Amino acid sequence: MPLAKRIIPCLDVDKGRVVKGVQFVDIRDAGDPVEVAKKYNEQGADEITFLDITASHEGRETTIHTVEKIASQVFIPLTVGGGIRTLNDIRMMLNAGADKVGINSAAVTNPEFVKEAASKFGSQCIVVAIDAKKVSQEGEPLKWEIFTHGGRKPTGLDAIEWAKRMTAYGAGEILLTSMDQDGMKNGFDLALTRAISDAVSVPVIASGGVGNLQHLVDGVKQGGADAVLAASIFHFGEFTVPEAKEYMDKQGVEVRL
Amino acid sequence: MSNQTIAVIDYGMGNLHSVASALEHVAPSTNIIVTSDVSAILSADRVILPGVGAIGDCMAEIRRLGIPDIIQQLNAKNTPLLGICVGMQALMHSSEESGGTPCLDLIGGQVKSFSRNAVFAVSRDESCDSMERLKVPHMGWNQVQHNNAHPMWVNIENNSRFYFVHSYYLDLQDKSAGVGQAHYGIDFTAAVAFKNIFAVQFHPEKSHSNGLQLLKNFVNWQV
Repeated sequence: MPLAKRIIPCLDVDKGRVVKGVQFVDIRDAGDPVEVAKKYNEQGADEITFLDITASHEGRETTIHTVEKIASQVFIPLTVGGGIRTLNDIRMMLNAGADKVGINSAAVTNPEFVKEAASKFGSQCIVVAIDAKKVSQEGEPLKWEIFTHGGRKPTGLDAIEWAKRMTAYGAGEILLTSMDQDGMKNGFDLALTRAISDAVSVPVIASGGVGNLQHLVDGVKQGGADAVLAASIFHFGEFTVPEAKEYMDKQGVEVRL
Repeated sequence: MSNQTIAVIDYGMGNLHSVASALEHVAPSTNIIVTSDVSAILSADRVILPGVGAIGDCMAEIRRLGIPDIIQQLNAKNTPLLGICVGMQALMHSSEESGGTPCLDLIGGQVKSFSRNAVFAVSRDESCDSMERLKVPHMGWNQVQHNNAHPMWVNIENNSRFYFVHSYYLDLQDKSAGVGQAHYGIDFTAAVAFKNIFAVQFHPEKSHSNGLQLLKNFVNWQV
């Protein structure tokens, strides 16, 4: 009776609408987040991730209301990320009904924040989101670096070392996005996923690049991911969550059917 | 059972609103209160002890708010009590977490670390053929096998999946109190029943239709 690998649809939400960017730039509208979350819940998604990509502070209130609405109707785990910078941000999201929060650039600016957050709220609700880009050249040993600001700003931090450090600081889970693959539909960066999954003792969610169902299987089997996250293949009706699960099941991956 | 009151004990740890909103969803005519008020808890028809986070912090708050005494009185009155996750662990004798933590000792059981278990350490993930080492926390949807029939299992199929997130597991002294079992590297107790208490390691409020059914069963449970 093994634990099932999780399939997590991701809602990138801007000003109260689900959107999906290609390489974080080109945005397509994919609907009302509450309706989209309910649809995935009914389809049997294992969790939902909600990433608030609204840049302005005014968007905060909208986000909290949307999270409240989702949490009152969707009874599966909900992770909320985007703009989480203070303990108060975390408290507000948990109070609104989030089960976990994703911390991204605030961890880079102030790594101690992850420590404080984990000791205050427990590691189980602290997900550190890592945006990594390959920086090694052809023929060199593989190397990935952490980028912030939607992949525009290099930090000089080595992705593997960073993942280890964040886990040591109390992250209960790593949400790993390949900035090279995100929105490209060519599959996860499997070498990156494997390197991070082997380096840490906590679950790793693979993200960035899913274009077909085999990519999900590869993320688990080759990348060693504990969960796979995808957005556009589900949003634009190419595949449903049950189709993804049936496919993974046939390929010998334990899923919750 | 329409006008009953269910109290969710608020001791400042974790996401109590999701428990409350899941209850409201399955029992719209029930009065759900999230509270640390002693008299409100004692006058409720049913009580839920939730909990997430580190058990050391949870136990400190439980004691500070006088919850051990409340639970003794609930037991004396035979009030149905549902413990969830750390709320379940808090009912045991003690936990290895937080450098060793004495708990309420209502049920004979030890809460132990997955990572420090020798069998767990060499176990491999059986969920696909790449046979990874097992991650901690045990996070996600796992099957719960019914060891014993119980009114709380009504309309829930044996081996249904529930959502877990925990790094410590329950090792019961008297295995007959274990009504549900799960496996993650090792077998461990996922649900325990003792008199007026039913307690689960998983999160029914996050376990979709099976979890909602369990909460519905709690609302209807006649001890």
